[in-house]
Amino acid sequence: MPRTALTGSRIRERRTMLGLKQADLARIAGISPSYLNLIEHNRRRIAGKLLGTIAQALSVDLSLLTQGAEAEHLAQLTEAAASLPDTNAEVDRIDEFIGRFPGWAGLVVGQQRRIAGLEQRVAGLADRLAHDPFLSASLHEVLSKVSAIQSTASILEETEDLDLVWQKRFHRNLHADSQKLAEGAASLVDYLETEGEPDLGMVSPQEELEASLNRTGFHVAALERALPDSIDRIIAHDPRLKSDAGKDRARAYLEQYRRDATQMPLAAFSDAAAAARYDPAVLSHRFGTDVLAVFRRLASLPEVAGVGRIGLVICDGAGALTLRKATELMPLPRFGAACALWPLYQAMSRPMAPVRAALEHAGRPGQPFLSYAISHPSYPGGFSGPAVFEAAMLILPPGLVEPDATVGVPQLVGTSCRVCPAVDCPARREPSVLSEGFDTR
Amino acid sequence: MGQHVLLIEDEPNIIEAIRFFLSRDGWKVSCHSDGASAVAEVARVSPDVVVLDVMLPNRSGFDILKDLRADPATQATPVLMLTAKGQTKDRERAAHLGTSAFMTKPFSNADLREMLRSLIQA
Repeated sequence: MPRTALTGSRIRERRTMLGLKQADLARIAGISPSYLNLIEHNRRRIAGKLLGTIAQALSVDLSLLTQGAEAEHLAQLTEAAASLPDTNAEVDRIDEFIGRFPGWAGLVVGQQRRIAGLEQRVAGLADRLAHDPFLSASLHEVLSKVSAIQSTASILEETEDLDLVWQKRFHRNLHADSQKLAEGAASLVDYLETEGEPDLGMVSPQEELEASLNRTGFHVAALERALPDSIDRIIAHDPRLKSDAGKDRARAYLEQYRRDATQMPLAAFSDAAAAARYDPAVLSHRFGTDVLAVFRRLASLPEVAGVGRIGLVICDGAGALTLRKATELMPLPRFGAACALWPLYQAMSRPMAPVRAALEHAGRPGQPFLSYAISHPSYPGGFSGPAVFEAAMLILPPGLVEPDATVGVPQLVGTSCRVCPAVDCPARREPSVLSEGFDTR
Repeated sequence: MGQHVLLIEDEPNIIEAIRFFLSRDGWKVSCHSDGASAVAEVARVSPDVVVLDVMLPNRSGFDILKDLRADPATQATPVLMLTAKGQTKDRERAAHLGTSAFMTKPFSNADLREMLRSLIQA
């Protein structure tokens, strides 16, 4: 229904612009001048036939009288009133408020938006504090070191007949623990002080590893040689790997990298990949290895200029991303859950069944690319233990392999809901912070 | 030899400090650091009291406590949970699973001594 608050001031503005007297317009519209005056000052609602007549008299499209910034204000003010019902805001006079005090209305709307933004941010931070595994592990580490220091210091303080050997030993422990405590505290401060993307810095062991690998596009030339460098030496010389946990994670990844490189030597693998049009199943068969290892190996190939990088995402059974190599066409989320429409999650629901799909990122329309995904269980605790699932998604740039007709129409996907411009997405979890959108298919 | 305490903890310098002062107090102190084999270790050494951390490699202290309370051979063994996880929900969970006492890190040696004495005497 058209709202008078959107119209009264516009009618007055348009009439004045045309040099038409209030009495003349009232006569044309068949109403009294005093009633028109009330309408123009947003004290009476106007709609239907009367509005049409006035629009016609003013030679203006009706929609121009009923749309504009005030429409948005109306919705925002209604929302503001609903959020604080105890204030008993005069909701039935919102039209009048907007019309008579547009500046104040804009201020309230601006504040309402700001409050909503801050509430979302607080919720995000609270969630981060409550569920962030890195923060939890770091705090536990700090408390453990403090405990060791306190207990050891008490012994040194309270034990009068402590022999020299024990004294030295406990002092050595104190020194080591205090160093670890300082590192842990500094790491926590770094983590808690960083805010806002994209300047968050490296805040978790996973991000340390990814920063290290991203430097060379996930290709580690030192491990490709017949006599590779020592993994410990590679780690020690990388300033991005700061924490012990980050170094441990890098060590595990690089050891796996070395095994992959041994099983799929670079030159032979590169040739075979090109010949197989980068089909992971063909390469898996050719090199006698599992598909996930082929994914990793493809993502570690040296980048070819002008072609684009091969992306890789790995997640655990809970859907948490454990390794991310983004591409130009497929940005990946740093925090929170990813797009539920990714083939990665389809693969998770069908273990061992390969998924091949053409994708198109909602923020980069008209640039489809090919993806492969697969998930598989492992049983680290033996047959009696729980199955631990892992899924991976390979992202191939169109410069390398273009999606052909056999993969069907590209599926529109995003990075994560909050930064996804897709509208009417069937899998949306939360509103996007982006105002403009594209239609999903 | 005094009473026997089994310390299930993975922080080496905490182990060393606790082992030192309890040994001087006359306790026999055994230590174990792996969560996965902790239940078997309790059954094997039959301590008078167990000091149990929560965040252990391979298995949580909560899961270990649950198994200890389900086994007739260990269900009466006093267990003191000593952990950095000191939130109300952690205390409640430990109590629900049957812990005998709960202490948070950082702790004082005197409090730990006192708590262990009280558990043995109870």
